[in-house]
Amino acid sequence: MATTQTPSSDGVELIRTDPHQPPVAVRERRPMKPAAKGIYIAIALLGAVGWTMIAIIRGESVNAVWFVVAAVCTYIIAFRFYARLLEYKIVKPRDERATPAETYANGKDFDPTDRRVLFGHHFAAIAGAGPLVGPVLAAQMGYLPGTMWIIIGVVLAGGVQDYLVLWLSTRRRGRSLGQMARDELGTFGGIFAMIAVFVIMIILIAVLALVVVNALAESPWGVFSLAMTIPIALFMGFYLRYLRPGKVSEVTVIGVALLLLAIISGGWVAQTEWGQSWFTLSKVTLAWAIIIYGFAASVLPVWMLLAPRDYLSTFMKVGTIMLLALGIVIAQPTVQMPAITSFAINGNGPAFAGSLFPFLFITIACGALSGFHALICSGTTPKMVENESQTRMIGYGGMLTESFVAIMALVTAVILDQHLYFIMNAPVGLTGGTAETAATWVNGLGLSSPNITPASITQAAADVGEHSIISRTGGAPTLAFGMSEVLHTALFGLGGKAFWYHFAIMFEALFILTTVDAGTRVARFMLSDSIGNIPGARKFRDPSWRIGAWVCSAIVVLAWGMILLMGVTDPLGGINTLFPLFGIANQLLAAIALTVVFTVLIKKQLYKWCWIPGIPLVWDLVVTLTASYQKIFSSVPAIGYWAQHNAFKTAQEAGAQTFGTASSPAAIAAVVRNTFIQGTLSIIFATLVILVVIAAAVVCVRSIRAGGMPTTEDPDQPSHTFAPRSFIATPAEKQIEAQWAEIRPARVPHGASH
Amino acid sequence: MGGDPAGPGAARGKSLTGTSTEAAAPALLRAWRNLRWWVGSVLGDTAYARYVEHLRRLHPDAPVPTEREYWRQRYAEQDANPGARCC
Repeated sequence: MATTQTPSSDGVELIRTDPHQPPVAVRERRPMKPAAKGIYIAIALLGAVGWTMIAIIRGESVNAVWFVVAAVCTYIIAFRFYARLLEYKIVKPRDERATPAETYANGKDFDPTDRRVLFGHHFAAIAGAGPLVGPVLAAQMGYLPGTMWIIIGVVLAGGVQDYLVLWLSTRRRGRSLGQMARDELGTFGGIFAMIAVFVIMIILIAVLALVVVNALAESPWGVFSLAMTIPIALFMGFYLRYLRPGKVSEVTVIGVALLLLAIISGGWVAQTEWGQSWFTLSKVTLAWAIIIYGFAASVLPVWMLLAPRDYLSTFMKVGTIMLLALGIVIAQPTVQMPAITSFAINGNGPAFAGSLFPFLFITIACGALSGFHALICSGTTPKMVENESQTRMIGYGGMLTESFVAIMALVTAVILDQHLYFIMNAPVGLTGGTAETAATWVNGLGLSSPNITPASITQAAADVGEHSIISRTGGAPTLAFGMSEVLHTALFGLGGKAFWYHFAIMFEALFILTTVDAGTRVARFMLSDSIGNIPGARKFRDPSWRIGAWVCSAIVVLAWGMILLMGVTDPLGGINTLFPLFGIANQLLAAIALTVVFTVLIKKQLYKWCWIPGIPLVWDLVVTLTASYQKIFSSVPAIGYWAQHNAFKTAQEAGAQTFGTASSPAAIAAVVRNTFIQGTLSIIFATLVILVVIAAAVVCVRSIRAGGMPTTEDPDQPSHTFAPRSFIATPAEKQIEAQWAEIRPARVPHGASH
Repeated sequence: MGGDPAGPGAARGKSLTGTSTEAAAPALLRAWRNLRWWVGSVLGDTAYARYVEHLRRLHPDAPVPTEREYWRQRYAEQDANPGARCC
């Protein structure tokens, strides 16, 4: 690739691929200016003060704003220095090389997209209910362990994974993680990785659907407003198809207005007799409704339901998260949860069982390290990146933003009254389901705040317009409860607590359902592709063959639907038993992604910098395999699936009528069956990942012996465009942009008015 | 946000038109315009205009679909090639 470089006196180097065109890349490697140094020192010091306030001083009343300060300052320092180290030593971006978006530009999936817009797309794709739910459950261990893991984890693990996977895929025509695993680890490694991705997707959809079911059960207000999202989405779909095609933000604003109306009218409907009798649904009914919905959404054309729902969910996601951040800063709530609770040490917490290590690190997956992001960072986003340097702001920066969402979710959980938090998050087997029994149970926990009365539990439920808040597990109701407190205070009571509670429930349910829709569809395509490989079943590969689509959708929906039903009817509390499986699955996917990255670095002989993906890889493997080991081999029934299985099986064989939290022989049989399935899934997950790691280890050893191996990177193609590298363009970059604007004035949407 | 920023003229940056009026516009107005541009672009208001520009630049002889046809094609492609959403 012929390039010319013109270094200038002030350390700015301009690179051209064509002497008749303006530069396509700029390298500015000058020492930092004293003013910039001063700013970064000030940010670092402020961050240190934040950390001191939450970790060392602690005190009786920590102001929640310190969490925001500590997090944001750490993110800025990490983005400027650690991500920069990755850039200089591993990624080594060369913007004179064309990205897949430029080389294969087709105006559709391969499409060079403004970096700030792509950041929005990427964030909307990676952030969902995960970073909201995990931290809420982890709050049972106190605020400190969760905060530390979310912030340190994103800097050393999550950001590294997202950034480096995005880089790998950008250099490989935007190939998917499964394809890259096959290319770099060989056929076996690739097949194991693909099976793992499929199984993990199924468990993920099931657990997220369970969160929605738990949030909506026995809540006519919530059910009504969520049900209304279906006609709203259909209306938007028809509007865009037949009335005003392309007016996306217009129809989205109409949709959001209708959504708010649906939330408000939900309050009216829930007060009427017919509303209560129509929309008070049991968990099992709701689970079936979601299963049927998932099937319909997967076979209907996307324009009808999925695409409009996606617009709504993107809009609400970004909007609500900004609103919540603003709310926390204005309301400045005080933290109620202690720094570390006894549950962290004894491992007997009611929301999920197990001690801090390893279970905190799998409960908080999204927000610190989420394997699922690797699927977005490969395949979708890399086909839209304008130049290689931008992978830092999109990959690493996008993950930092998600981590911030997780910190805010944690804050909203730890500012709640401790007693209310535990009442909401313990399974009904512990709380007993009534205000009296719940108060007796929670007051017996020996929490550090004054005891609660049954009357104040009932009052708390009435405040948010709910019938009951006891054992509303799954994290979503707790987050909604915390958000209603924050927004109610921050907006001086505007809207009222009940409105904000249901607003938050709706907001979470909306994007969980988007994940369920899209996930079912993706899994259906994976399945039909795999079946299509079998001789005689080629027809399955044709996506327009309706019967094939229906069959594959049905299989996928049944797979997650059965796990969902299992969780809904589980006498032990579905979240309690299934959430660890979800976390383990997600973190094991991260292990696969980091293994692929690590192997590529070994092949490229970057031995000196292997520790950068190596640290999170080893840590993640230690955490997930320890957790899997405990889930499979622990003799404590609350932790080990098989210990629980054997205990209930013995009881069943002895003809027991009740055992533990199971109150009938049928319930005992359910536990025996559920623990068998959960135990089997744990074994499958762990085995698949061990196989992938072994396949990678073999490749690494071979490569080291051979003195490096070729990777599947694409050959260089000269670029003929220019784009700034990060959020804010430098003066040199602005100059070059202006030169390009002169010769190519027609670039339509490029850049807002500066 | 009912007005439409989707047309090729509406979402342009300063590189194209009236820099003087834009410079004179109060900072708040500019921030609002930038936000609208950003939200609209993330959701897809500018997608059609960008596609037309792409065709004109790289395939000048290809027929240009109407906005309605473009969105039909786009959704049909999404149907055949779904994108994942994360947890």
